[in-house]
Amino acid sequence: MGFLSRFFKVGDSKKKAKERLQLVLIHDRADISAGMMEMLRKDIIEVISRYMEIDESQIELELEKENKSVALVANIPIVKVKRNYRNVKTSSNKGE
Amino acid sequence: MNARIIVVTSGKGGVGKTTVTANISVALAKEGYSVVAIDADIGLRNLDVVMGLENRIVYNLVDVVEGSCRLEQALVRDKRVDNLYLLPAAQTRTKDAVSPEQMVELCEALRDSYDFVLIDSPAGIEGGFKNAAVAADEALVVATPEVSSVRDADRIIGLLESEGKKSISLIVNRYRSSMVKKGNMLDVTDVSEILAVKLLGVVPEDEAVVVSTNKGEPLSMGYSSPAAKAFRDICHRILGKDIPLKYPDENEGKGFWEGIKSLFRL
Repeated sequence: MGFLSRFFKVGDSKKKAKERLQLVLIHDRADISAGMMEMLRKDIIEVISRYMEIDESQIELELEKENKSVALVANIPIVKVKRNYRNVKTSSNKGE
Repeated sequence: MNARIIVVTSGKGGVGKTTVTANISVALAKEGYSVVAIDADIGLRNLDVVMGLENRIVYNLVDVVEGSCRLEQALVRDKRVDNLYLLPAAQTRTKDAVSPEQMVELCEALRDSYDFVLIDSPAGIEGGFKNAAVAADEALVVATPEVSSVRDADRIIGLLESEGKKSISLIVNRYRSSMVKKGNMLDVTDVSEILAVKLLGVVPEDEAVVVSTNKGEPLSMGYSSPAAKAFRDICHRILGKDIPLKYPDENEGKGFWEGIKSLFRL
């Protein structure tokens, strides 16, 4: 075993299996498809764009596992905050 | 009588559904209950060979639903254990040969005359699985401690829940304590926590299973081996007895020579 453990980290694979399983099940159970993530991304961009100018090409949006929970983590680079965001909001409200 | 109808299923193939069905059926019959084991894997039947009844089949499930024979004519009685019957699948037909309504009708016809009906489900989530599960009151989901198997079990549990099955429990099969101890296999707690259903039992990896399948004599017929013990415990839990869960060791109490000897004893 000592010989083998020099090549393989002993006791590592169970942890890995559990992590991979938990993550894959979140997708399976919520039925989060690539298509849904894309829709979510578009909606997020639309909402945030009302308030600030963002760099759409640099947006990172993914599910991340932390300890025992999973988070939707978005990294959205801001180019500039719109000065007239109040107007934007009112105008969109008017449109409804 | 008012039989409990139990489907044994897994999603993934090769995790031991048929072995579990055969052994629990035998164990329940040995406890004095009348049992019908149904092979619902039409086109790929195997429960007959695992139970060692392949040479005695005359009619099968499809013959019954098509009216080619009476239900009693298709039941193969096991001569080694009292009150144990097999309803074999058809081998030369496809899953479409039986409809869910026909399965319900068939199982309800058995309900009055037997204590237990166990249905061995085919792998997959399509028609064959749906036929196997439609008539069942309870489901036993078999999973091995592997990512692929647990994932498929999760999917199956979701489908069973959406079908309105209230009683779903889990059997972890082919468990290798030595690997778990080394941190190289998912442990029982991991699997049952992830799947979030009642854990009914843990069956250790056991060479005796292969030997018994070679011979067509399920371990529950009276052999003593770690897996045989696990199947007996599961049977007792199905009967409502409070048997504490053990995490069995595939090498339990065995030295090297003990292992060799037990091979010959079988």
